[in-house]
Amino acid sequence: MDVTRRKFLAVGGGSTAAAAFLAACGDDSGTTMTDTTSMGSGGASETAEFGKGDVGILNYALTLEYLETAFYADVVKSGLFKGADLETIRKFGQEEAEHVKALTAAVKGMGAKPAPKPKTEFPLENAKSVLELAGTVENLGAAAYLGQAANIRSPEVLASALAIHSVEGRHAAALNTLLGESITPDGAFAKPADVKTVLKAVEPFIVG
Amino acid sequence: MSKEQLSTPELAAVQIEADDEDLTRSDVILKGALAAGALYGALAVGPYVRRALAASGGGDIGIVNFALTLEYLEAKFYEEAKGRVRANKELMSLIDLLAKDETQHVEALAATVKKLGGKPVAEPKFDFAYNGTSGFLKLAQTFEDTGVSAYNGAAPMLKSKEVLGAAGGIVQVEARHAAAIRLQNKEEPAPMAFDEPLSEKQVLKAVEPFIA
Repeated sequence: MDVTRRKFLAVGGGSTAAAAFLAACGDDSGTTMTDTTSMGSGGASETAEFGKGDVGILNYALTLEYLETAFYADVVKSGLFKGADLETIRKFGQEEAEHVKALTAAVKGMGAKPAPKPKTEFPLENAKSVLELAGTVENLGAAAYLGQAANIRSPEVLASALAIHSVEGRHAAALNTLLGESITPDGAFAKPADVKTVLKAVEPFIVG
Repeated sequence: MSKEQLSTPELAAVQIEADDEDLTRSDVILKGALAAGALYGALAVGPYVRRALAASGGGDIGIVNFALTLEYLEAKFYEEAKGRVRANKELMSLIDLLAKDETQHVEALAATVKKLGGKPVAEPKFDFAYNGTSGFLKLAQTFEDTGVSAYNGAAPMLKSKEVLGAAGGIVQVEARHAAAIRLQNKEEPAPMAFDEPLSEKQVLKAVEPFIA
């Protein structure tokens, strides 16, 4: 199936969705959804450093996807994995690379400049620690998308973000299974993560 | 259409019936969603659901009631499986977890409908026709993939950010379930880079006859 080749912005059409949706988990999660009506201008946006409005959110997501892609590429090269585990890692890495492509195209489609690829470095000591890091990165990635969904203004961008968000959730659950950890560490309702938390968590892997 | 032409025939064998009153609108949309999924695969469910909900003019209450009906189905499926499926310890603990999660989704969505000023729909009667552990796992995989597609399809129509938040937290959990069940089936947990339909237009044309 060539589902993945579908153009990012071609999704979703026809919906008269509210400006933003798929909020970051409502009022009981204690996170960033305070005054979402101010997000439109980009002025109060927590992704402002990445650009205005939806562009900022897309570039934030792009930065994270670059990081995930580089991580999996390094892991494949490390020689720490073989067989089925290696195939899983390779497959996940390919999917992250597709997300990079789609997000880059989306930013360009909005007439903006895609975020640069960050220079990264990951500790790749042994298979166990690498799998743990992969689990951390994927769970964080899923939470990062969930944290931004409500801030997205365009229904098309939102539909596409949702299509990526659930794939990150699948990756996270698969890695948690490999690690012998709960597939749903937050319980029946996944929790979002705000930009500050996410950037702080990935900071050690971004160099230069 | 013969069974061989169905993309996921296991969905066609699922029965949804009302207990005493007529089928609710949510029941009817769920029936249509399963039919769309049976014919064209789980990814066809999203566009179908979006279109059917739009046609029914349900608003947030209608959308959440539909999600509630979907969660009724999943919760019942796993609750029933506890006494029906012969599973090893690992699979049984997964079934327990999924049953618990889906039941919590039911409770949360029913509470959301009330909060929105609506009346939660009643649970219809379900009949799950499957044989053995492998039949169970196959249907479970299809249900979870269907659930992801349905939520991703319906969520963009929600007006309330708060409800969207709840939906987002739930769909990620459905995706996690899907991955775990797929691993049980020795299938790829994330077969595609995007959980989205191949061609929305195609699907809509195909399922138009099912949309009331």
